[in-house]
Amino acid sequence: MAALAPATPANPSPVMSGSAFDPMRRRLLLPAWLMIGFFLVLPVLMMLVYSFLTKEFRGGVIWEFSAASYDQFFFDRGLFGDEPARIEWTYITIFWRSIVQAFVATVICLLIGFPTAYFIATRPDSTRNIWLFLVTVPYWVNLLIRTVSMKFLIRDNGPLNEWLMMAGLIDSPIHLINTNIAVQLGLFYSYLPFMVLPIYASVERFNFSLAEAAADLYASRWTILRRVILPAVKPGIIAGCILVFVPSLGAFLAPDLLGGAKNFMIGSLIEEQFKGNAGNWPFGAACSMILLSMVLLVLMLYARNQARAGVQ
Amino acid sequence: MAQASESIKRYPGFLAVTLFCLLVLYLPLIVVMVYSFNDSASITRWGGFSFRWYQEVFQSAENAKFKSATWNSITIALMAAITATVIATSAALGMIRSGQWRGKASSFALINLPLMVPEIVTAVATLIFFSAIGFKSGYLTILIAHCVFCIPFAYLPIAARLQGVETIYEQAAMDLYATRWQTFTKVLLPLLAPGIISGFLLAFIISLDDFIITNFVKGAGVETLPTAIFGAVKQGIKPNIMAISTLMLLVSVCFVTVSYLVGRRGQR
Repeated sequence: MAALAPATPANPSPVMSGSAFDPMRRRLLLPAWLMIGFFLVLPVLMMLVYSFLTKEFRGGVIWEFSAASYDQFFFDRGLFGDEPARIEWTYITIFWRSIVQAFVATVICLLIGFPTAYFIATRPDSTRNIWLFLVTVPYWVNLLIRTVSMKFLIRDNGPLNEWLMMAGLIDSPIHLINTNIAVQLGLFYSYLPFMVLPIYASVERFNFSLAEAAADLYASRWTILRRVILPAVKPGIIAGCILVFVPSLGAFLAPDLLGGAKNFMIGSLIEEQFKGNAGNWPFGAACSMILLSMVLLVLMLYARNQARAGVQ
Repeated sequence: MAQASESIKRYPGFLAVTLFCLLVLYLPLIVVMVYSFNDSASITRWGGFSFRWYQEVFQSAENAKFKSATWNSITIALMAAITATVIATSAALGMIRSGQWRGKASSFALINLPLMVPEIVTAVATLIFFSAIGFKSGYLTILIAHCVFCIPFAYLPIAARLQGVETIYEQAAMDLYATRWQTFTKVLLPLLAPGIISGFLLAFIISLDDFIITNFVKGAGVETLPTAIFGAVKQGIKPNIMAISTLMLLVSVCFVTVSYLVGRRGQR
């Protein structure tokens, strides 16, 4: 069987395979496996265990099995826990709000990011890298500093409102800070490059003679975009959407600094259980598990989609 | 024909969207930079140009706190980036120069796991882990956590570079009786250098950038620059914060420029 198997392109000559490709090289992966296995996989499993333990007041746990955290998340049993269970909406609402916020942020990033990525990818070689550089520089600036800068800019008595009033466009300051819009703006600002880069890569690979062929067949410019270009760059768009949606879902800084207490998202809920006043570690672990499951679900759907696209 | 194909590529309004996009990205940063030179103590009114907030950063009472935070940030980022780069280089060789084997896809997923798990979840898991094994949180826990999440960031550019290096060079070296180690240090390492440098710079910046995980695993009294800034910002944005932000911003821009130039040289 092995003799009949065609040589893989990466391994053209069986005689020389011993020198360039060596299965024993797998040992070189050990440090990475150990490091990530011991300090990330094991901790996540430990977190799963903790989510089923009993809470100790002021943080920490008592080693006694309990499903109380998940119960607290989904059901309301009254103050003393003896009333019939009703659906507890508080936490579901926070999760739902986070999903909506992350979704809207993704849509905004797509609406702004696609034309930007397309524009950059169709520049001549000489200027393309400079545009790309300009879009990626802010990503390298500390996320906290970017979020604080945004907060400074859009405060009620901040520079943005002052300019708009000076220009006579508005009479009184627009109230942006501590609103949904501010959170959207913060998420958009944090993750935009994640949308631009994959779309850019797809558009750059796109063969524009296809667009030319469509134009020769009297397709309008927008028809070409919709029927020829968009289907071709779809993988890049999907990758960009996932790269924005996933970190937005668990974002902490943008909702915390720009959203205020009313626009609580999952990140703040979890943080509160460990760093804030709530101090309920098993509940925080349970919320983290639910968030992690949602993210893994999205990633698995994506991977399945990719595999299916690969088969076709 | 060339002209026709150029016009097909263009869409009206895309330039405007791009410029708007850049405006949104840069406006907050530029505003903070400008206001950090504002002489007025009120952060809203412009009171003339001055360096007083920069002086205050280096001389005020808070100075000691920020100084130790800066020191922690830089030493942690340096050590985490070096460790992650070494582990990632080894892993890249193990992945890309080992042929095909079962479990390769899983191994790739494991290396990139820190990118897939949301930061806040990593933070919670790491905090629980260290607390469960009774490891006192502090400088060392921050360093370990940073090493872990820096690995994929260092891995991706190095692996991409290694994939672009053909195996003929290694084979030639080995045909000329170079040992494995010599092949690696004398042939592969120079060829990989641009990838390794970008991987290291990326890991360094990512470590310097991290707030959420650090905030969870730092013990009482140990601060990095982001956690110190976050603590200060909770009491309101003061001009000295803007001065610190501007300094950090300049450091980041220097890094990305170096990385860009190294990457360009690597492409040639």
